Amino acid sequence: MRNRRAVILGLGGVAGAIAFTLGLGWWRTRNRSQSGADLLPLPIADMSFSLTDQRGNMVRPEDWIGRPTMVFFGFTWCPDVCPTTLSDISGWLEELGTDADRLNVAMITVDPERDAPEVLGDYLSPFDPRIIGLTGTLDEIERAASGFRARFEKLARDDDYTMNHTAGVFLFRSDGEFASIIDYHEDRRFAVPKIRRAIG
Amino acid sequence: MKLLVFTALILTLASPTLACETVTSGEMAIENAWSRATIGANRPAVFYVAITNAGSSDDALIGIATPAASMPMLHQTVVNEGIASMPHAMSIPIAAGQSVQLAPGGYHGMLMGLTEALKVGGNFPMTLTFQNAGDVTINVEVLSIRAEGPDCETDGQ
Repeated sequence: MRNRRAVILGLGGVAGAIAFTLGLGWWRTRNRSQSGADLLPLPIADMSFSLTDQRGNMVRPEDWIGRPTMVFFGFTWCPDVCPTTLSDISGWLEELGTDADRLNVAMITVDPERDAPEVLGDYLSPFDPRIIGLTGTLDEIERAASGFRARFEKLARDDDYTMNHTAGVFLFRSDGEFASIIDYHEDRRFAVPKIRRAIG
Repeated sequence: MKLLVFTALILTLASPTLACETVTSGEMAIENAWSRATIGANRPAVFYVAITNAGSSDDALIGIATPAASMPMLHQTVVNEGIASMPHAMSIPIAAGQSVQLAPGGYHGMLMGLTEALKVGGNFPMTLTFQNAGDVTINVEVLSIRAEGPDCETDGQ
C-alpha cells in the first residue's frame, strides 16, 4: 500500500517535473533573443559574417576552411572567465607545439562597443600570438554568434554594463564541420585530446 | 638590451612569495592572495584568495575594500547552460572547519575603478570583512594576466 502510494506520488512528481521543464523551455524559447542555443553550430562553410582582426584584416568564415578552427566568445572587460580561457588556450597551443600552427584560433568579442581592433590587440598581447581577436558591428557579431549557436546579452550594472556570453570553446575540423565543444568547467585534461581529434 | 631581457627573465622565473604567505587572524587563515596584471586602469581587475575557517562557528566573507580600486565587489562566475554570467555575491559562506577558494571560474573579487593599472610584481593591500571575524588586511600580489594561480611550494605535503 505504502509502496503504491510512493509510486503514485513519484509519478505525480515526475509528471510535474516534466510539465515544469516543458513550461520553462517554452518560457526560455519565448524570451531568447538569439534563438537555437540547443542546436549544434553550423559548419563554418554555412556561416556568414565579416569581422576585423586586431591588425585590421577582414576575416570571413570562408577564410577558415582548409584548417581546423578553435573559436570562443569573450570581451576585454571580463576579469575572470576570459583571461582564464585565453590562458588555458595558450597552454593548449604550447602543448600542441607546431601542430597548433595549422589551427585558426580566434576570440570573437561580444562587446564591440568597447572592443576596437587595437583594444583587442592590447588585450591579447600577453597570450599565445596565434590567437586572433575579432570585432565588428553588432550586426556582424550577432550573425557570427547565430552561426555558432552562441548567445550573449548585455546587462546594466552599477552605472556600467557587463556581458553574459557562451563560455565554451568551439572546435571545427579543417573541412569546417563542427567537431566538439570544450566546456568551461570541463576537466582541462580532455581539452588537448579534443583539439587533436579536430586537427585529425 | 640583453641585460634588460635577462633581468626580465629572472624576474619572471623568481617564484612569487607574497602570494604564498599565510595571514592568520583569530581562526581565519588567509593565503594565496593574488590578482592579474591589467592593461590600463579602465578595465576591472580580479582578486583571488583562499580562506580557511579553523574555528567551530560558521562565518562569511561579506565585503572587500582596497585603496587600489574605488568599487571592489564580490562576484561569482556561474556557467548555466553554457552561458557565463557574473552575479554579485552578497556574502560568501565559510563554514566552520572549511576552506573556500576565490579562484578562476568561481567566486572572485571584481575590482572596478582602479586607481592605476596593476603591474606584474606589484602588490596592494586588501581588507576582507567577515561577518564574525571582522576585518583582516592582507597583501595581494599581482601576477601575469596569464597566471592561473601563485606557484607556491607545497613543502612536501
